[in-house]
Amino acid sequence: MKQRMTRYAVTGAMLATALAFSVSAIAEPAAPNYPKTIGEGEGALNIVAWEGYAEDSWIKPFEKETGCIVNRKYAGSSDEMVALMRQGGGGEYDLVSASGDASLRLILGGNVQPIDVKLIPDFDNFVPELKAPPHNTLNGLHYGLSYEWGPNVLMYNTDKIKEAPKSWAALYDPQYKGKITVPDNPIQIADAALYLSKTDPSLGITDPYELTEAQLDAAVALLKKQAPLVKKYWALASDEIELFKNGDAIIGASWPYQTNTLKADGAHVADTIPAEGATGWADSWMLSAKSKHVNCAYKFMAYVSTPEVQAEQAIYFGETPANLKACAAMDKADPGSCAKYHLDDAATYIKQIHFWKTPQQTCANGKAECTSYTTWQQKWQEIKG
Amino acid sequence: MISYLQETFDKAVGRVAYQSRRLSAGLWRRPAVSAGLLLTPPLGWFIFIYLAALAALFISAFWTVDSFTGEINRHWTLTNFHAILTSDIYRRIAVRTILMAAAVTLTDVLLAFPFAYFMVRLAGPRQRIVLFTLVLVPLWSSYLARVYAWRLIFAHNGALNWVLRHLGFEGLEIGYTNWAMWIVFSYIWLPFMIMPIYSAIERIPYSLFEASQDLGAKAWRTFFKVILPLAMPGVIAGSLFTFSLTLGDYITPVLVGGPGSDFIGNVVYANVGIANNIPFAAAYASIPLIVMAAYLAFAKRTGAFDVM
Repeated sequence: MKQRMTRYAVTGAMLATALAFSVSAIAEPAAPNYPKTIGEGEGALNIVAWEGYAEDSWIKPFEKETGCIVNRKYAGSSDEMVALMRQGGGGEYDLVSASGDASLRLILGGNVQPIDVKLIPDFDNFVPELKAPPHNTLNGLHYGLSYEWGPNVLMYNTDKIKEAPKSWAALYDPQYKGKITVPDNPIQIADAALYLSKTDPSLGITDPYELTEAQLDAAVALLKKQAPLVKKYWALASDEIELFKNGDAIIGASWPYQTNTLKADGAHVADTIPAEGATGWADSWMLSAKSKHVNCAYKFMAYVSTPEVQAEQAIYFGETPANLKACAAMDKADPGSCAKYHLDDAATYIKQIHFWKTPQQTCANGKAECTSYTTWQQKWQEIKG
Repeated sequence: MISYLQETFDKAVGRVAYQSRRLSAGLWRRPAVSAGLLLTPPLGWFIFIYLAALAALFISAFWTVDSFTGEINRHWTLTNFHAILTSDIYRRIAVRTILMAAAVTLTDVLLAFPFAYFMVRLAGPRQRIVLFTLVLVPLWSSYLARVYAWRLIFAHNGALNWVLRHLGFEGLEIGYTNWAMWIVFSYIWLPFMIMPIYSAIERIPYSLFEASQDLGAKAWRTFFKVILPLAMPGVIAGSLFTFSLTLGDYITPVLVGGPGSDFIGNVVYANVGIANNIPFAAAYASIPLIVMAAYLAFAKRTGAFDVM
């Protein structure tokens, strides 16, 4: 009797869960639902951001000005950002600073809603290429507001490596065995593909994010040879900072943020963009389709688009603003920084960087010959073991 | 006025007391009802929160996920299990996790047994209190703090290498390797091995030691023929903790592991939190469940549950 009751209970529980799960929705991009004006703030704003993207020095003044208290959640990878924005059915976070390899997934998954750029006064001052780039704009709707952009760099310890490496080959060089660190991120495959596109033209790689199966295999083979040389695949920027500080790594793929932080700490490091060029990021602020703090979100987007905040962010992280007017503010805060981060020649600089985007099965030519991001993720697990 | 209030209050109390007496008498006459009332909250929790979560896990393991939009596709399929069984990397990660759990368990048995034996047989009451405190104090500090501490110890310019270099040795490159994970796991779970072995040895009557000696057995023979068999359930009980805790961990591999250190838990975490492929994570998570079920069945046969 007792056993049978347990069995009933278990079956009941399983049925209940199956029912709860069977309500499903087909994802499609969210339709516009623009506010007429930016109204009174809701008092809070939950954001998902890259480390270094929501520092007190510009968040505190915003909170004081608008009364919107900013709750910050830092993510270590684009995948994590996508997962956080989808968590609990979406709506737990209002804004995300998504890079180009996350933005399309969020749009097509119906996780973010179009933004009315008329409510963002500084939008008119943006770099023309970043007003409606394909990674955040679909069918003329702005699902993302461009923020900052820049290249992924090669960072090295200047005490151990006197001369700046000229090629990404340094990351595959056995002489640095056990001293190399690279991000724990499937998009890292594109870095290997970019290197191969220059060193092995027979593979015919034209876009590091559009790889046929043979091209992907070649990149994976290169990365598998690199794996025994790697000290650690870093998950958070702070991990890489610690690795360089403690002497565990002397060379690695990095963001300018780590170089700046380590330099500020007195560590002897420098970074460089090798001859092959670099992959990079173009980030957009994206608004959750189920945001509960739309007014605060618009206030925030308008605020971070102003030249002052854009300049502060750019200098802190080591990247280039989307707002062309930020040049003066940058030079005021750090003379020469506008030219250092190429905001003065943004139009040519932007063409040298291969911005992150989501690898898809359908290549740009419309043929289904390319490998999808899911495949990249599986390959990445194989690479790091 | 006050006396009126007092009177009303007393009446009310009297009514409540009467009602509750009636209720308890009623329950006393119907034991099934009182048992039902007592058991409903824990049983409800167990079924709807604990078992339902497991059921949801198993159900979703048979689903797939749309790679681009991240929506769950609810068609029944064995794709996930097929992918796990046919892929070298997922097999390697499962084997690595299980072997590490076994190595950590063995290490902890070897470290904990002499320690527990000393605490029971040789230490005085005051020494015993000091030793107990030493075993338990690390458990009061955060797990994360202790793992981070080890990371600093093992770093290239860390405490360990500082000592080694001052002693005239070469520094060790032990940080971010599987060796580092083995040491950290063995350290972190050691108290969970010491306590059950301690209570198992404590239960062995002292007369058995004397009898063994009186019959002419040497110390090592007493150990292998008397102490070890009687303490074995304690060892198994401890190993249940160390084995399952290692098997389910994913933070230590992230913090002190290097390339080729991913555990089952890391794959599950990557698929839930990063790749958003919950069905695959659910399928992979069933491996430790199966391993632990087998291990528990084995432990039950040895009588380990009697000392827990």
